[in-house]
Amino acid sequence: MAHAGQLTAARTPRPALADPVTMVRIAIIVGVLAFWEVLSRSGWLYRDVVPSLVAISKAVGELLIDKDYYWNLGWTGFEVAVALGIGGVGGLLAGLILGSNKLLGKSFEPYLYYLGPTPKIIFFPVMIMWFGIGPGSKIALGTISCFFPIALSTAAGMRQIKPVLISVGRTYRANAWQMMTKIYIPAMRHPIINGIRLGLGVAIIGTLLAETKLSNKGIGFLIINAYSTFDMPRMYALLIVLFVLSIGVNALVGRFGGLDKIKRS
Amino acid sequence: MKADAMARSRVIPPLIGFGSLALSVLAFEVLIRLNVISKFIVPPPSEIAMSFERIIVEEHVLQRFVATGSEVLTAAAMLTVVGVSIGVLLFQVDILRRATETWVAAMAAAPIVLMYPLFLVIFGRSPWTIIMIGFVAALPPVILKTIEGLAGTRRVLINVGRSFSMSESQLFWKIMLPSALPTIFVGLRLGLIFALINIVGVEFLINFGGLGQLINELAERYDLAGTYAAICFVILVSIIVFALTERIERWLTPAN
Repeated sequence: MAHAGQLTAARTPRPALADPVTMVRIAIIVGVLAFWEVLSRSGWLYRDVVPSLVAISKAVGELLIDKDYYWNLGWTGFEVAVALGIGGVGGLLAGLILGSNKLLGKSFEPYLYYLGPTPKIIFFPVMIMWFGIGPGSKIALGTISCFFPIALSTAAGMRQIKPVLISVGRTYRANAWQMMTKIYIPAMRHPIINGIRLGLGVAIIGTLLAETKLSNKGIGFLIINAYSTFDMPRMYALLIVLFVLSIGVNALVGRFGGLDKIKRS
Repeated sequence: MKADAMARSRVIPPLIGFGSLALSVLAFEVLIRLNVISKFIVPPPSEIAMSFERIIVEEHVLQRFVATGSEVLTAAAMLTVVGVSIGVLLFQVDILRRATETWVAAMAAAPIVLMYPLFLVIFGRSPWTIIMIGFVAALPPVILKTIEGLAGTRRVLINVGRSFSMSESQLFWKIMLPSALPTIFVGLRLGLIFALINIVGVEFLINFGGLGQLINELAERYDLAGTYAAICFVILVSIIVFALTERIERWLTPAN
């Protein structure tokens, strides 16, 4: 009987709830959660390294109603936003200049290209010297983190513009400003949005890492504070909320910029 | 037209780039000597250059380089084995791939390195914390590129294999894996660079291990010139690794 059921199930389209992909996903999640809970109750690991799910969910709940958390989240959000603003505008300008001028591009782009994938956090001691131990040094670190991907993808995007679009602009005798706002930027919004998305990711990492090293406010500070008081459920809660936020913001930027539609066009 | 010809020249653009770099270094030197920029914030470039010798001889920068390098290589070996295996598994079991590929992609966007306090609790202040952070943070690109490479095997190659009536495992080992290797290597290279960045970063943050710790130590000693020199050294190392792996990648990629 079970056999026959399987056969018919394979042939007829299933209702959405029994979609096999969804079923596998649910199975994986349930499996991982069950394994976690068993591990936490078994006592194989040091106590509290793997806190029980009840403790973690309680900590997430407490975190989400905690005023202090939102105050710190506000600071981190502010730092990341300013960093993305400065680094983004700087990267965009640098990318536009390097992308539009062959000589300058060939002269300076290799430096950006090779400096891009270096660890940025090591500049933090220098940033403390320059901008102090307050939010300034965190903003600076976020700024240098996000400058590189945005500049590089803007410059690359500029060179990928179809020549015919540029010819159209020239035919209408567009001046430099009009070329920039009417031809170049609209034609390369996808690489720019992609650069901003990458830049946002590294700006978040740079800012938060700096906060864990030396600060007295922000999410990074809360994480390292939970570590030094060995409040493991709170640390898990902070990390979970942070991951959800940053994956969400990343997806939002991608969708807002129409990146999910690129493959179809 | 003249600018175009200059851009195409092999000598002029590097000359402009390097010249501007040298000029700005010189400008800093002059401004610091004139006390326009305080030398307690930015040490003069000449002093930084002098302290290179000091950090090599006194701070054992080469041993530290080996320490960091072995952490990166351990993470890279784990990435190759685990990352590629997960990629192959997800490719072979289609339903698993459809269920989890978006999750892996989402993890690539998550700030995994922020989990380092958690790893500190689990692994203690040991090289394993550093290695595991490098490994976990670099895992998503390796998995995604492995799937991409295997899925991109050209139809005609598979058909050739089928016409020789190869078994599924022969098809995989003799055709799909070799054809996916260049793409897998792109993933491994990305992974190696991610691992290097995160490993040096975590060394700096937890003040343990090789090159990253050196920067932290020098900064805490307020040895400014030494700090700047150590930062330059780390940047140099990561540029060399990046350029070297780029060479290998170009050599592996079949010419079209």
